[in-house]
Amino acid sequence: MQLNIDGRIIALDKDGYLINLNDWDKEAAEALAAQENISLTPEHWEIIYLLQEFYREFELSPAMRALVKYTEKKLDPEKGKSIYLLQLFPPSPAKIASKIAGLPRPTNCL
Amino acid sequence: MNKKMLLISRQAPYGKSTAREAIDIALAASVYDQDIGILFMDDGVFQLLKSQKSQNIDQKNISSILSALALYGIENIYVHQESLDARTIRTDELVVDDLQLLNNKDIGHLLNQQDQLLSF
Amino acid sequence: MSILHTVNKSPFAHNTLFSCLKVCTERDGILLLEDGVFGTITSAPGADELQLLIQRGVKVFALINDIKARGLEEKLAPNIELIDYNTFVQLTLDHRCVQSWY
Repeated sequence: MQLNIDGRIIALDKDGYLINLNDWDKEAAEALAAQENISLTPEHWEIIYLLQEFYREFELSPAMRALVKYTEKKLDPEKGKSIYLLQLFPPSPAKIASKIAGLPRPTNCL
Repeated sequence: MNKKMLLISRQAPYGKSTAREAIDIALAASVYDQDIGILFMDDGVFQLLKSQKSQNIDQKNISSILSALALYGIENIYVHQESLDARTIRTDELVVDDLQLLNNKDIGHLLNQQDQLLSF
Repeated sequence: MSILHTVNKSPFAHNTLFSCLKVCTERDGILLLEDGVFGTITSAPGADELQLLIQRGVKVFALINDIKARGLEEKLAPNIELIDYNTFVQLTLDHRCVQSWY
């Protein structure tokens, strides 16, 4: 698979995740989101940056439970809820948000 | 009914994949809400050293991943005191703050409280 | 019963048996198999500690096939129960959990 952003070709794996994490930028995120039928709002970006912070800290894409707890801890207890994340990144927030954030697929996610 | 499960991690990080496999099992089990604990003993205690800089050998940092255990709901982290002592490791050198130090006898009892033991 | 500890490394080369001996409770059992059976011979490292545990009530077993394969029948320390594969299976059923030290 690949992503074409105005002529820039980005390689994706079979599940649509970036093969080279350095390919990630805002345009790539928007194109990845569009493939999931999501148009990115500030609320989305907040979670995307949070995921990247998680990845830098733990060298791991979070599973749902860890994402919820991390959001609660770092952002806002109101946002650290499955339902909030589900509304932003349906149908599987940890997987979809990791994909848009340019991170590897969470390995321990249902 | 959830089983009480203990992972026993006794190998040093990086030389082989055993240490990483134990952590992956722990993270995976946490998704299923299992009652899970991890015991570090023998060379396994080297996994907990904060000072690891594994980028020097192009590997993911085991201690970074271990520091995420609490976020995954894994709160029972046990460390064999004697294994630390034998390797002159102090608890303030360890990446996990909230851990329980156990002596030989404590570990004997801990094992006898489990429904399932997994050795790594 | 409680925990069945299995050890499959030679105590001449590894510290696995010692890790096991440290945390073994008096109600537990220890099964030596594969290269772990080198721990049954009288001069093995840890042989004294093993005898001490036996005196305290720990059951120590060794897999007879592995003993014979390595020619150790004449070198065995006392009070180690030699068992076959069927008994091995039965032991795993009789204990609450198995901890393999490898």
